[in-house]
Amino acid sequence: MAQYVHKEHVENDLNTSKLSLQEKIFPFLYRYGTLLVILLTVIGFSLANDKFLSYQNFTDILRSVSIITLLAIGVTISLIVGGFDLSVGSTASLATVTSAAALVLYRQETIVAILIPIAIGLLVGLLNSFFVVKVRLPDLLATLAVMYIINGLHLTFTKGFSIYNNMPLSEGGTAPGVFLPSFLYIGQGEIWSVPVPVIIMLIAVIVVHIILQQTRFGRLLYITGGNEEAARLSGVPVQRYKMYAYLLSAFFATLAGILLAARIGTGQVSAGAPLLMDGVAAAFIGFSVFGAGKPNVIGTFVGAVLIGILLNGLTMLNVPYYAQDIVKGSILIGALAFMYYEKKK
Amino acid sequence: MTILSLTSIQKSFGEQIVLKGVDFTVKSGEVHALLGANGAGKSTLMKILSGDYERDGGVITLNEKELTINTPAHAKAAGIEMVVQEVDTALVSSLSIAENVTMNTFIKGPAFFSWKKRYRVAQELLNRVGLKLDPAIPLSRCSLAEKQLVLIAKAISEDISFIILDEPTAALSTKEAQHLFTVLRELQKQDVGIIYISHRLPEIMELSTRVTVLKDGYVTLSKETSHCSSEEIVRAMLGNELVELLNDEEDRMLGDTLLEAKQFRIPSTGESVSLSVREGEIVGVAGLVGAGKTETARALFGADPSKDSLYMKGKKIRVSNPQKAISAGIGFVPEERRKEGILVDYNVVENLTLPVLKQFTKFGFIQRKQEKTEAEKWIKQLGIKTQKSSLLLNHLSGGNQQKASIGKWLLTDGDVFIFDEPTKGIDVGAKQDVFQCIKNLAANKKGVLYFTSEIQELLAFCDRILVMYDGKIAGELNKHEATTEKIMHYATGGHYGTVRS
Repeated sequence: MAQYVHKEHVENDLNTSKLSLQEKIFPFLYRYGTLLVILLTVIGFSLANDKFLSYQNFTDILRSVSIITLLAIGVTISLIVGGFDLSVGSTASLATVTSAAALVLYRQETIVAILIPIAIGLLVGLLNSFFVVKVRLPDLLATLAVMYIINGLHLTFTKGFSIYNNMPLSEGGTAPGVFLPSFLYIGQGEIWSVPVPVIIMLIAVIVVHIILQQTRFGRLLYITGGNEEAARLSGVPVQRYKMYAYLLSAFFATLAGILLAARIGTGQVSAGAPLLMDGVAAAFIGFSVFGAGKPNVIGTFVGAVLIGILLNGLTMLNVPYYAQDIVKGSILIGALAFMYYEKKK
Repeated sequence: MTILSLTSIQKSFGEQIVLKGVDFTVKSGEVHALLGANGAGKSTLMKILSGDYERDGGVITLNEKELTINTPAHAKAAGIEMVVQEVDTALVSSLSIAENVTMNTFIKGPAFFSWKKRYRVAQELLNRVGLKLDPAIPLSRCSLAEKQLVLIAKAISEDISFIILDEPTAALSTKEAQHLFTVLRELQKQDVGIIYISHRLPEIMELSTRVTVLKDGYVTLSKETSHCSSEEIVRAMLGNELVELLNDEEDRMLGDTLLEAKQFRIPSTGESVSLSVREGEIVGVAGLVGAGKTETARALFGADPSKDSLYMKGKKIRVSNPQKAISAGIGFVPEERRKEGILVDYNVVENLTLPVLKQFTKFGFIQRKQEKTEAEKWIKQLGIKTQKSSLLLNHLSGGNQQKASIGKWLLTDGDVFIFDEPTKGIDVGAKQDVFQCIKNLAANKKGVLYFTSEIQELLAFCDRILVMYDGKIAGELNKHEATTEKIMHYATGGHYGTVRS
């Protein structure tokens, strides 16, 4: 490995003048490229559609971004310790279904409909950390397997049907409970015309950012991912920190799932599956924000916002949803290309 | 006759200059020994010649015609083959011997290559290196010495003019080494030029026709072997200043026993060792590559935990993980600095305070100012050369990285310090600082366990030297009776001298 790192480019003397221009532009793009892309897309969409640049539309964007951001925070934390949590999508689905089931099938209060999914989500996190930390499976493979298990589990529980108010039951009659207004408020309410999910997201981003940057816990998470063996030999309980990371990852995925249930007012099956890829993309785009070069929550938030703006703008321009993935992929590869180019230097 | 010549070769990694204009010439039919202490630049020079690294400056010529060697394929085309030290990285252990030795044909040969023919070719090649093995068996069943011969057989499967061997005898028994020498002499007769990297003087005096010594990126000696003495070579390798520095005659005052291991089982070797270190004592642990030094050091620190207990100041402790070792007052500077010792993507402050981060934490929050002040105090004391304390360790030289790797344990204020090859790949100036730091530890009544294969360093300032062979402690020598010969005698399992004479 080392030899590739050390292999230095032989610079061509003839290109010196061109290089100096590159040397100026590249670091700038590396730091602010993602923000520049956001700015350009906002300008572009505003010119194309005059409804784009309105307060209403921006709260819409942020509301749609909030769920992806929460999920992506979990992915980011798993990336920080050098892992990768693929099971967040299905964990979110599980949370959606369990909170809906608690409300509709078992007539529980809002607080129960929040706490039960969180408890179950933490169990998923424990399952992930058991396979990764104890059995020592590669992160990607262990969480892939758990993703399937959880996905199957929540489909088995609902027999493949979504959960909604007054749904018919197999044993006859209709479901006893309903989505309570207090639960729906989490996903649909507003405080001073700011949507509640946006507030939850902003609080999560700020709190996690402070924890990661200012506390010993955060430093040790990063150090575990930076060089696990060196960290271990310096007395960092790396296995425990990896476990914390997977627990947090599952926790944020669960939060995203609950928010999703509250927003759409049903317990949609497999609702979290499409969130996974957006969350992963947001976390990786986040690497490039301010030239961080490593997973960070502010970057992840910016990444999620970029994806949200693109989806919103493209929808307004009547670009079909299936074509929007092309744009998402291109943005992701652009951000990654910049990051790896800079790292190689 | 073919002459391969390297002129004023330069190479640096980041800010660390490894080769500062090296000239090196090898002719066909000669065995040219390349010597130098760890970090002198031997391996880097050879990796440039074999196309592994690109050089920063200098010229390589073959019969006065300039050669372009930028990739391993270029070197192969010029007839230069390398037998690397870690043979496992150059062979595919899941394939058979036959497939391994005929690897070059896989790459360049016809699309179809019959098994019958492959076995025949492989058998011929194995005969040439005197290896009596069935070419059909998988490589994974071969011993290290056999793998080395397989690698040589692979190298000579094509017409080669030069072969580079990097420390080929490092892990061989004397009998296996003798066999290797016979094979090399045979190659020499077939007019192959051999570049032989080693730091074992006796075998170089026996085998080579010419010697070149590197030190800190310069050539300090280049002569016919028959015209130079061992002392001359040692002086060229170590340099006058190190010989001076190493003369440490003062006797230290030793206190109570700090750390003691009684029949302590080392999990990765399966052997048991007994050793102890007292207050203010520097105990050297010698041994060749593969003797089990690193394994022992790691087990004592709980990095590869043993089931047995240790005794710290007479108290029984079990180090089942590094945290336990640290809280018992043990610090460990591992051999693989960049992989195990430091975090290259983190700055000097973060590296130094890592084991004691709790001291700088209030309600979970890191007190950055306090952390920085304390770290900068130690940066000054250790003489870490860095423009600012927030510089990433990646941008520091090897010696300064090593000081950070040592320094973090000074902050923990432990009692016993375990060093595994601490002078590997660092320059003389940094070595002096490291030695000074270790001597200061001893002066402050700390115990030091110093694991190294550099015998000169052991002789210089250890109060006691334990010699490891085959995972066991084969001998113990005190400061006044230890000599290079006695250490080598134990380190080679008592064979030293009987073979070399």
